[in-house]
Amino acid sequence: MLLNVQDLASYFFLDEGELKAVDGVSFHVDVKETVALVGESGCGKTIVALSLINLIPPPGRVVRGRILFDGRDLLRMESDELRQVRGGGIGMIFQEPGAALNPIYTIGDQITGVLRLHRSLGKHQAQKAAIELLGETGIPEPEKRMNAYPFELSGGMQQRVLIAIAISGRPKLLIADEPTTALDVTVQADILDLLAYLQEQYGMAILLISHDIGVVADVAERIMVMYPGKIVEIADTEDLFRDPRHPYTKALLSSVPRLGVGHNEPLKGIPGAVPDFLDLPSGCTFHPRCTIGDSSCTSEFPPLVDIGYRRKCACYKAETG
Amino acid sequence: MSGTVADSANALLTVSGLETYFPFGNRWFGKREWVRAVDGVDLTVRRGEVLGLVGESGCGKTTLGRSVLRLVEPTRGAVDFDGVDLLSLKGRGLRAMRRRMQIIFQDPYKSLSPRMQIGQIIAEPLRLHRIVPEHEIEMRVQGLLTKVGLEPYFMSRYPHEMSGGQRQRIAIARTLALEPEFIVADEPVSALDVSVQAGILNILLELQRGEGLAMLFISHDLAVVEHIADRVAVMYRGKIVELAETDRVIGSPLHPYTQALLSAVPSIDPATKRKRIRLPGEPPSPIGAVVGCPFAPRCPEAQGVCRESAPALEPKAAGHFAACHFR
Ligand SMILES: Nc1ncnc2c1ncn2[C@@H]1O[C@H](COP(=O)(O)OP(=O)(O)OP(=O)(O)O)[C@@H](O)[C@H]1O
Ligand SMILES: Nc1ncnc2c1ncn2[C@@H]1O[C@H](COP(=O)(O)OP(=O)(O)O)[C@@H](O)[C@H]1O
Ligand code: SF4
Ligand code: SF4
Ligand SMILES: [Mg+2]
Ligand SMILES: [Mg+2]
Repeated sequence: MLLNVQDLASYFFLDEGELKAVDGVSFHVDVKETVALVGESGCGKTIVALSLINLIPPPGRVVRGRILFDGRDLLRMESDELRQVRGGGIGMIFQEPGAALNPIYTIGDQITGVLRLHRSLGKHQAQKAAIELLGETGIPEPEKRMNAYPFELSGGMQQRVLIAIAISGRPKLLIADEPTTALDVTVQADILDLLAYLQEQYGMAILLISHDIGVVADVAERIMVMYPGKIVEIADTEDLFRDPRHPYTKALLSSVPRLGVGHNEPLKGIPGAVPDFLDLPSGCTFHPRCTIGDSSCTSEFPPLVDIGYRRKCACYKAETG
Repeated sequence: MSGTVADSANALLTVSGLETYFPFGNRWFGKREWVRAVDGVDLTVRRGEVLGLVGESGCGKTTLGRSVLRLVEPTRGAVDFDGVDLLSLKGRGLRAMRRRMQIIFQDPYKSLSPRMQIGQIIAEPLRLHRIVPEHEIEMRVQGLLTKVGLEPYFMSRYPHEMSGGQRQRIAIARTLALEPEFIVADEPVSALDVSVQAGILNILLELQRGEGLAMLFISHDLAVVEHIADRVAVMYRGKIVELAETDRVIGSPLHPYTQALLSAVPSIDPATKRKRIRLPGEPPSPIGAVVGCPFAPRCPEAQGVCRESAPALEPKAAGHFAACHFR
């Protein structure tokens, strides 16, 4: 087990009250594994990721739990040590590639800066390594692109640069938060291909975050489904798509528009919306939108329990098997 | 096969040879260049039809949608709406036509004024265009809210109190207040979660079927377009490269670009795994004129002739148009 997260909770302390963005989340990621975290916008996926690298903005912070990375608890580390892990052990890429790059430095400056910091390379070596990395992430004519500014690159190329930066420290885990959401389908497919290639090449594990369960299907080995602040289902990708057990997972899957089913097929959505974190429904928070829930669902949040080989689910009505 | 795209029977909107260029670079020094956002488009939207418009970011979809409404001024070409030559209209005539043609944007938040209550937002166009007498306004607003699946109590809410999906419903209700015959919907669900997309798409479909509203539905998501469009136009670097009934474009695409685009759509069903066609290079720059086929630099099937002469959008089968020398 590369990453083992136990009972992680991260809250924002707002004037209106405690916003429990992540509230008791447990999961693991194996060495070289690709695991996806999916769920509608606003259900806490990004805050899970930011908790792992200790980057939650105030007034938010991790309030409890353990994050064991390579056997060491990140939450109990000194900040120097943590910075090292963050630089070398865990890499991260974000949704908006444009916003994550510094507009006034060239691509080359930004990559060599990181390389010199994390791999303590000299100027010349860093230059060489940067060109190699850019080539590795599929950027054509990397020598030339070293002198380019971010705005001179397309969104897809910017995302490749960020991937190059994220893998520059040879991380064991790459966290990719909605890495393709801002991109075209063709570019999206290229970036997902690139991630799969890099994983193979470097033996990285990947935590892939997306609000679109359709996007992760091809790449993830396992999928975790999140609903406000909690993980409600975990299963191998094939099992999850073939036989989803949680009503929320089922609803998410049936709302993905599928190509090739023929024109004029009715689309199903999920009625209602993700509830307000400051005013969560009692018991199972999905009950106002659930088609099979009843009064027995409204007192306690159902625990995430084993319901079969390598699968867990948090629903009172999920059949085990 | 004979005929052109513009020959379509029952056309409400006919676009021919439309070009919309934007100046690029310094106009006093050096060569004046143009961004050819729309570079010779022919298409029709039939009465009561949803025409899907797909293509990669920057290929000119939004500019085309805005050009047919004259929200940006086309450089050349013709737009005919219900027998009226739109590009020659001015002043009052143009304003009258604009009421019949409306637009819905991707980001509903930007298009709703934050200080107005929902009721006022929807009532505004009703008052401005005197669509109903003052005493009927409230009832009409309620009726419009119902149409987009919102309870009447939303009238006293403000945009920031609503979710993205609800705001898009409000934007649609406000558009419908003017009783348009034609709507340009520019990525109306792209900013929304898949779980709420369906609700918005179903409203749009309902409007088309129930009220015969015609629509140019712009999207980069082919699966969404398949669900809503009767016909689909595929755009590449300012030009339409394929146009046909939806099931034909999705099921038996002709143009190499359409085929590549379809192959990139992620599939959640292992049974329908598509073989990915990878395109070399990057999406094209829209600056300057192209010689030959605009897709030639990335086309897996390009030949010498493709770099010399531009293929025209021609019928390859009944109602199925494509712009390729080898199809
Ligand atoms: N006002 C303008 N001035 C200069 N160039 C423009 C202007 N509007 C659009 N363009 C350029 O025209 C081209 C087409 O843009 P357009 O917004 O129509 O593309 P699109 O297909 O709608 O893209 P997206 O999928 O990203 O919305 C782009 O290269 C764009 O940068
Ligand atoms: N900086 C912040 N301050 C206050 N609340 C926040 C902040 N960032 C996120 N949240 C809240 O935490 C919840 C989860 O957010 P997030 O993890 O970004 O969702 P996701 O990534 O799943 O879309 C949301 O209710 C959001 O409003
Ligand atoms: S616990 Fe009850 S309300 Fe919650 S998902 Fe299961 S059936 Fe639905
Ligand atoms: S005309 Fe040539 S380059 Fe253009 S799409 Fe056809 S084969 Fe490809
Ligand atoms: Mg997020
Ligand atoms: Mg656009």
